[in-house]
Amino acid sequence: MNTRALPLYVTIAIFALAWVVCWLQFPAMASTRVIGNLLTDNAYLGIVAVGMTLVILSGGIDLSVGSVIAFSGVFIAVMLRDTGLHPLAVFALLLALTTAFGAAMGGLIHGLAMPAFIVTLAGMFLARGAAYLLSIDSVPIQHEFYKTLQGAYWLMPGKGRLTLIGVLMLAVFVLGMVVAHRTRFGASVYALGGGEATARLMGVRQGRTTVLVYAFSGLMAGLSGIVFSIYTGSGYSLATVGTELTAIACVVIGGTLLTGGAGYVIGTLVGVLTMGLIQTYIVFDGSLSSWWTKIVIGILLLAFILLQKGLVRLSQARMAA
Amino acid sequence: MTLLTVRSLTKVFPGTKALDGVDFDLRAGEIHALLGENGAGKSTLIKCLTGAYARDAGTVTLDGRPIAPRSTVEAQDLGIGTVYQEVNLLPNLTVAQNLLFGREPRRFGLIDSRALRRQAREVLTQYGLDLNVDRDLGSYSVAIQQIVAIARAVALSGKVLILDEPTASLDAREVGMVFEVVRGLRDRGLGIVFVSHFLDQVFALTDRITVLRNGRRIVTEDTAALDRMRLIEHMLGRALEDEVMHSPPPARGPRAPMLRFAGMGRRGAVEPFDLAVGQGEVVGLAGLLGSGRTETAETIFGLRPAQTGSAADENGPLRLASPRAAIAAGFGFAPEDRKTDGIVADLTLRENVVLGLQARRGWMRPIPRAEQNRLAEDYIKRLDIRTSGREKPVGELSGGNQQKVVLARWLAMNPRFLILDEPTRGIDVGAHAEILHLIHDLVERGMSLLVISSELDELIAVSDRVIVLRDRRHVAELTGAEISGETIMRAIAAAPAEGAA
Repeated sequence: MNTRALPLYVTIAIFALAWVVCWLQFPAMASTRVIGNLLTDNAYLGIVAVGMTLVILSGGIDLSVGSVIAFSGVFIAVMLRDTGLHPLAVFALLLALTTAFGAAMGGLIHGLAMPAFIVTLAGMFLARGAAYLLSIDSVPIQHEFYKTLQGAYWLMPGKGRLTLIGVLMLAVFVLGMVVAHRTRFGASVYALGGGEATARLMGVRQGRTTVLVYAFSGLMAGLSGIVFSIYTGSGYSLATVGTELTAIACVVIGGTLLTGGAGYVIGTLVGVLTMGLIQTYIVFDGSLSSWWTKIVIGILLLAFILLQKGLVRLSQARMAA
Repeated sequence: MTLLTVRSLTKVFPGTKALDGVDFDLRAGEIHALLGENGAGKSTLIKCLTGAYARDAGTVTLDGRPIAPRSTVEAQDLGIGTVYQEVNLLPNLTVAQNLLFGREPRRFGLIDSRALRRQAREVLTQYGLDLNVDRDLGSYSVAIQQIVAIARAVALSGKVLILDEPTASLDAREVGMVFEVVRGLRDRGLGIVFVSHFLDQVFALTDRITVLRNGRRIVTEDTAALDRMRLIEHMLGRALEDEVMHSPPPARGPRAPMLRFAGMGRRGAVEPFDLAVGQGEVVGLAGLLGSGRTETAETIFGLRPAQTGSAADENGPLRLASPRAAIAAGFGFAPEDRKTDGIVADLTLRENVVLGLQARRGWMRPIPRAEQNRLAEDYIKRLDIRTSGREKPVGELSGGNQQKVVLARWLAMNPRFLILDEPTRGIDVGAHAEILHLIHDLVERGMSLLVISSELDELIAVSDRVIVLRDRRHVAELTGAEISGETIMRAIAAAPAEGAA
């Protein structure tokens, strides 16, 4: 077994254990309703976390995504209110916009050899500012097509609703896995995260890969924005503050090394579901403050960082022996 | 059959001619050693061949066709593959991914992992390796990683293989493994360039040897026809005929013992050694590149703290766990690479000179500006530093003057024991003499010195005692009249008791 896969197994084990504990206390946890809601409620987070996974695998970070999601919501709401465009056309326009935004950040990161942290931090302020510029107030979306999207679900046995956006998230995870693990682009992403100089020696086109990674993250943020607007039925410039950090937490809890080069897309899904599970537990319990979510996430994050450090030490010790 | 021909290759860097009309031939089916000390031009030659540098003059022909690669990838496509000392693959990818990176078999646009594994296994069988190709490369030993790197380079290029110190971090058994692979490739008709500073390995493995020195080719000869002594003469550049006699500095009488290092050593850096340094004594360290000279100095100075042994002065034991502790004990160290480890290029001459003194006083007690100016002016005069003023950034000075600034910084702290690692490297002839003169001055005033140098004449001229190192061991000690170019070279050349591979 590869040591870099170990965090993934630990994540899956923790998730399974937590689920069993919740289920023993609240048997309803295993119902398809809860499962359906878990997917629906975390759809936007899961989608944006897929993009974040690739960015982190490449050794970078993208702090702009939370703001991009908010911008997307406001953009869609304002466009639907003020123009006669069909939502699908607006979606296409938006995705092109956010993808280009991501690509531009990737271009700056590579071209100016600047840290991704700073460039995407600037992107974060830019996108948030642009959202304010469009509208300060929450803008409701009242398009017939939106009602169709919101009402689209498949009734699972046990009356659980598998919603369109839940399915979309799962599809995005499949896409992410194919891109990361089965394409040359994906291999280049892992190579960059493993070591830029070596990756160049091996023939990785660093500039192209960097631009594509951030463009992909921008695309995912845009898609996540669409899903979020379907989920909330409105666009609000103050929404999803800090979502980029939650996404990073999901990626790390999912077993991806924050310094890049090691991890799995499927781990991120487990990370997202773990986070959703904690929230569900708090709702079921009823007496706990929702801040407990943050505390548990904090503890989990710390545990995973320690675990990964330990693994790195372990493999170094094995090399030295 | 000649595979690769290099004719009058020249490469100029600002201030130096790194390669000066070098000729080099590589036949198909031979292993050709490329030897030389630091600055001889080995790495420049390799970088010109692999496209990392563009040459300034000369021709390179491969298979009769002139080539001028502009990148390592282009060189690879032409047939020249390289494996460097540091492993060139990604430890976080699997063996199969590393071997076939960029050439993965695809089906419907996606990587076909089954075919990927199969092809990787096929490649490795040729090298007698049976690895689990799905495991991360990083989980295998460095030797295996190195063989995988060779396999990748050969698969990509397939005509010329350049091995740049591929065995530097391997133990004897692993070196044997790599050699087996390299011999196998020679028998398949590849031309192999082998760079190493382990002479035993060179004699064990190679068919021909080319020696470079100061950017020129000195000799190319069959390995079998060259003996160790002559090879070292070629590398160090002095024939025994024009022997400079050791003219010991006027007898300064017996020296009071000052420092004693007993059994100090560090795994992978230098074998445990004993060393005593007297008051006002100059001890020279001689040996080839990679023999453990710098490592000895770094161990003493606490840069790579000793794992065994102890140090003591006349007042009792010394703890040398860090450079800070060593400085507190009155040590100083002017390192070999002054650009990265010695000067702070963006700071002014004055700031560089007071840096060490200020660090010792603590930042809470700044040295008054007037005092700083006085110190800087004083050392500019005493060491004859050529500068337009004390406020000039040190990076803009010439190499010799930068070295003087590094020395001034240590002298301002008035150490009792100063280590000079290659004090005259990259300095012009005039400054060279001045530095040697300065060493004599310091000794006159009672300072003890440890001098490391590749130039034997320099060591002979300044040292009271010379320690010779080979393969990270202190192997001989020469005193007074025993010190001569010949005795030093004989000590370096003496075949070791146990041979590697």
